[in-house]
Amino acid sequence: MNITLEIWRQKNARSKGKFVTYKLDGVSEEMSFLEMLDYFNKTIVEKGGEPVAFEYDCREGICGCCGLHINGYAHGGAHETTTCELRMTKFKDGDKITIEPWRSRAFPVIKDLIVDRSAFDKILRAGGFITANAGAAPDANAIPIRKVDADEAFDSAVCVGCGACVAACKNSSAMLFVSAKISQFAFLPQGRVEAVQRVQKMVARMDELGFGNCTNTGACEARCPKGIKLTNIARMNREFIGAKLGSQIVRH
Amino acid sequence: MIKLDAKIPEGPLAEKWSRHKRSVKLVNPANKAKLDIILVGTGLTGSAAASSLGELGYNVKAFCFQDSPRRAHSVAAQGGINAAKNYRNDGDSVYRLFYDIIKGGDFRAREANVYRAAEVSNQTIDQLVANGVPFAREYSGYLDNRSFGGVQVSRTFYAKGQTGQQCLLGAYSGLNRQITAGKVTMYPRRDMLDIVIIDGKARGIITRNLVTGEIERHSGHAVVLATGGYGTIYYLSTLALGSNVSAAWAAHKKGALFANPSFIQIHPTSLPQLNDYQCKLTLMSESLRNDGRIWVPKIKGDKRQPNDIPEEDRDYYLERRYPAFGNLVPRDVASRAAKERCDAGFGVGKTGLSVYLDFKDAIKKQGKKAIENKYGNLFEMYHKISGDNPYEVPMRIYPAGHYTMGGLWVDYNLMTTVEGLYAIGEANFSDHGANRLGAGSLMQCSGEGYFILPITIGDYLAGQIKTPRISTDHPEFEVAEKAARDKIKKLMAVNGKQTPTTFHRRLGKIMWDYCGMVRNEEGLKKAAVLVKELEEEFWKDVKVVDTELELNQELEKAGRVADFFGIAKLMIQDALSRKESCGAHFREESQTPDGEAKRIDSEYAYVAAWEYAGDDKPQILHREDLKFENVELKERSYK
Amino acid sequence: MSNITLRYSSLTKKIVMALAGLFLITFLFVHLTVNLMLLFDPTREMFNAGAHFMVTNPVIQFMQIFLFGGILIHIIFGLILQIQNWMARPVGYKVTGWSHTSPFSKFMIHTGIIILIFLTVHIINFFLKAKTGQVNPIQYGDVEYEDMGLLVVDLFKNGGYVIFYVIAMLLLAFHLHHAFQSAFQSLGLNHSKYTPFIKGLSAVVSIVLGLGFMLIPLVVFFSDKF
Repeated sequence: MNITLEIWRQKNARSKGKFVTYKLDGVSEEMSFLEMLDYFNKTIVEKGGEPVAFEYDCREGICGCCGLHINGYAHGGAHETTTCELRMTKFKDGDKITIEPWRSRAFPVIKDLIVDRSAFDKILRAGGFITANAGAAPDANAIPIRKVDADEAFDSAVCVGCGACVAACKNSSAMLFVSAKISQFAFLPQGRVEAVQRVQKMVARMDELGFGNCTNTGACEARCPKGIKLTNIARMNREFIGAKLGSQIVRH
Repeated sequence: MIKLDAKIPEGPLAEKWSRHKRSVKLVNPANKAKLDIILVGTGLTGSAAASSLGELGYNVKAFCFQDSPRRAHSVAAQGGINAAKNYRNDGDSVYRLFYDIIKGGDFRAREANVYRAAEVSNQTIDQLVANGVPFAREYSGYLDNRSFGGVQVSRTFYAKGQTGQQCLLGAYSGLNRQITAGKVTMYPRRDMLDIVIIDGKARGIITRNLVTGEIERHSGHAVVLATGGYGTIYYLSTLALGSNVSAAWAAHKKGALFANPSFIQIHPTSLPQLNDYQCKLTLMSESLRNDGRIWVPKIKGDKRQPNDIPEEDRDYYLERRYPAFGNLVPRDVASRAAKERCDAGFGVGKTGLSVYLDFKDAIKKQGKKAIENKYGNLFEMYHKISGDNPYEVPMRIYPAGHYTMGGLWVDYNLMTTVEGLYAIGEANFSDHGANRLGAGSLMQCSGEGYFILPITIGDYLAGQIKTPRISTDHPEFEVAEKAARDKIKKLMAVNGKQTPTTFHRRLGKIMWDYCGMVRNEEGLKKAAVLVKELEEEFWKDVKVVDTELELNQELEKAGRVADFFGIAKLMIQDALSRKESCGAHFREESQTPDGEAKRIDSEYAYVAAWEYAGDDKPQILHREDLKFENVELKERSYK
Repeated sequence: MSNITLRYSSLTKKIVMALAGLFLITFLFVHLTVNLMLLFDPTREMFNAGAHFMVTNPVIQFMQIFLFGGILIHIIFGLILQIQNWMARPVGYKVTGWSHTSPFSKFMIHTGIIILIFLTVHIINFFLKAKTGQVNPIQYGDVEYEDMGLLVVDLFKNGGYVIFYVIAMLLLAFHLHHAFQSAFQSLGLNHSKYTPFIKGLSAVVSIVLGLGFMLIPLVVFFSDKF
């Protein structure tokens, strides 16, 4: 099939970008969306042009590298699908496809469709861990964890950090991402020990990095390729209120 | 002349590691803060090592080519992680895990290393749980286990089909903690281009900042490579597209011996290639073989829909050939059996290059809900990619390039033949012999990262405390940086017509056809010629977009492909020199009358460690003879 | 003021928004109860008595401080949050798809601002007049009230005002439809068992309040009893 691509081109972080429209012939519906872009880049390079930069790695929906805003939707809008899992069967001959990078002040564009998502790492560094040195751990079965809690922790832990929640949110809020990590640890006895500090530190760091605020619209949940639920945000709010109300004033 | 010394500690097998731990030199805490360690690669083993080394007080500079350590391809390991906890009371023990790995590796691994890997597996599970990894649990609240290919006990811990992701995120959280603590400095989006060796010791690396294109120098008292495997040599593989051999290859060129390079595992359960555009083969966890039954039609070229083929016309060939292990035979055996059926004309699908993996019986017996609980995300993934619903029609699978058992040669301390240069995880060769068992890589990677390297590296660093911080102005840095720049210039100067990926795809095809699941002398010799020709063509006709000081993905790919030619040639040489079949390495000339792999222990019970002798020269073979004092070498039978 | 509020964390602001909002909803119910008295008694005695009570009762007077405080905080925090949200995406998307989430949630600032305009007009029309003694007295037996009811009826006989009022109430209902259940989410009160009920309740609250307030001008306008 033949398609028209409208792609955001931006040389680097400092330059201004613009949309460029390309015609692409010979697209097969057997391609994945990114294989279509590979093919597109091959045609550009062979003509001596500069290929479109976009991020990818595993191509099986688990590394979280890929993330394109396709025709108005993060990851193209298919249910629980990452960009790399999107297939060209979703498109038809003559379609125009507009491809944009994630848009958020906290995710500046590096080049073309690649954005800098290191803000996510920074939030996790503020408290998204359990302080357990190697060698200090008790036997893995020493602390039983209710199956429902372990399963809930897992459901929150499957976040791949792709940033679609931020990209889809009308406010560029990162709360789904942050709350998923907070929830994972909130469900586990190992994580509860530091829960009070964790939620406060991570929320504070998130605020510093320029993400927007949550208005409980739920676009993040709808676009999350891993099905992370909005209930995580409520749990984070609960943890936060508990931490603020319950924590003692520290006197030095 | 390099002399291989594995430095295996004295004493009985079960005591070697604890004795060694008692005897390695220690570095006092104040001195640790004066020592810099460069760590390249922050997947599971790299992240685990970074967090442990940081906790100990060393200064770690960690590098990865991704934007975040969380993206490393450890994330894609699905099925699980082994540990000899014996929580199931089914007779498991450290010894049995050790024995299973040795046997699974077809007796081509070092006893002492394997035993140690089995020994620390228990600590590893404890550590991961403490880090908040949400492993599957029973209603009692205790950890659940499942069985996995090639063994007869249930010792695999798992987190649905995303065990690798959860383990990596656990280790990554530990790494994050050390970054916050200031003990680890993270350098993401960096490609390692070269290793700097000063007075025979690894002292630094040259990197390219993938965003700005700048060439950077970094120094340290030791360098650790945790750069993973090179299954992408086949182009189509289960690996991430960015996985590459370049760092290990740079080390090899600087004097680190490369061991068993042709031992690449072909994973039996991957999605088949559907068309020519495809850039990767998605893995379907081996755990599916616990409940799925593999079959092909009994009639050649049977065009009926799978559900229309009655039981009597189905050939459950694994159950037929290997009644004791059935669908749970090790990966190499399952892969070759699938290839054998397809080559004989019984394959299914449009290309005839796939077999069925059927869950009909399991769903009938256990109910759809139970199957969904175990494999839900895998079924969904399959459905998304293939368009077929595996709850209703059998999956179609085919083997794909997966894991490299081969890698940089290391001694018991995980040090390569270059002093101060270490290799951990998939990047080294140590534990899996000629074939890795399922759920073994997460075990090895986290064990080496958390518990082994941080101790053994101290033995070397204790001797380095008088060495002040290494200056990056040293002439060796100049030389290495210039070489790296020259390579980039050379790649850009070609200015041909074909993209790096085109070459990669063509190289992959050659390697898959002649140095893949089945090898023979004629094919390997032919491949050697083809690879050489393709490499020459590459240097005449590759097209690299000329934007050096900028993010340039074509340049990244070109550099990696250039190194793939080197490893491809070495793989072929290695495969040619080993005229026996063992594990993943199947030489047609060496098989039993019923088509099983035939090992020749009298001649090939050694690790083939290759010394680099120049780009166009054959490499020099060094043998590390394998001594088996605790297990009896026998034919590996799964019948 | 804004400097201090900026320093609060995003979650604190959200939580304050939710608490203030829920408090305002309770006030709306009280207000609606008084308003509905007008419909039940065309002589306006019941309504005027209610209004008198609201203007003179010391407890209510005391609560008025919180009411205005609540409104002010809800407005200020709402605006700050919104401005921060706009700033969080300096470059927008060229194409934005329609997500299948609550449509009302996407326009909270818009409905909110229109409600604020309505509120300003409303306060000038009624509250300030009552407070400054500009309302004519009316005698029922031996008690005398300010005839607030007449003020209302006069305005509600004006077609243009009725349309304005009805539209404002419609938007109020839209605002509340998302707001009520959203407040629970912000306060962390989300539970797989109870959240569906809260969401249902949210719809009921918005319909009851919206329709309730709308009913009064419509009845007054179309009925000759007033």
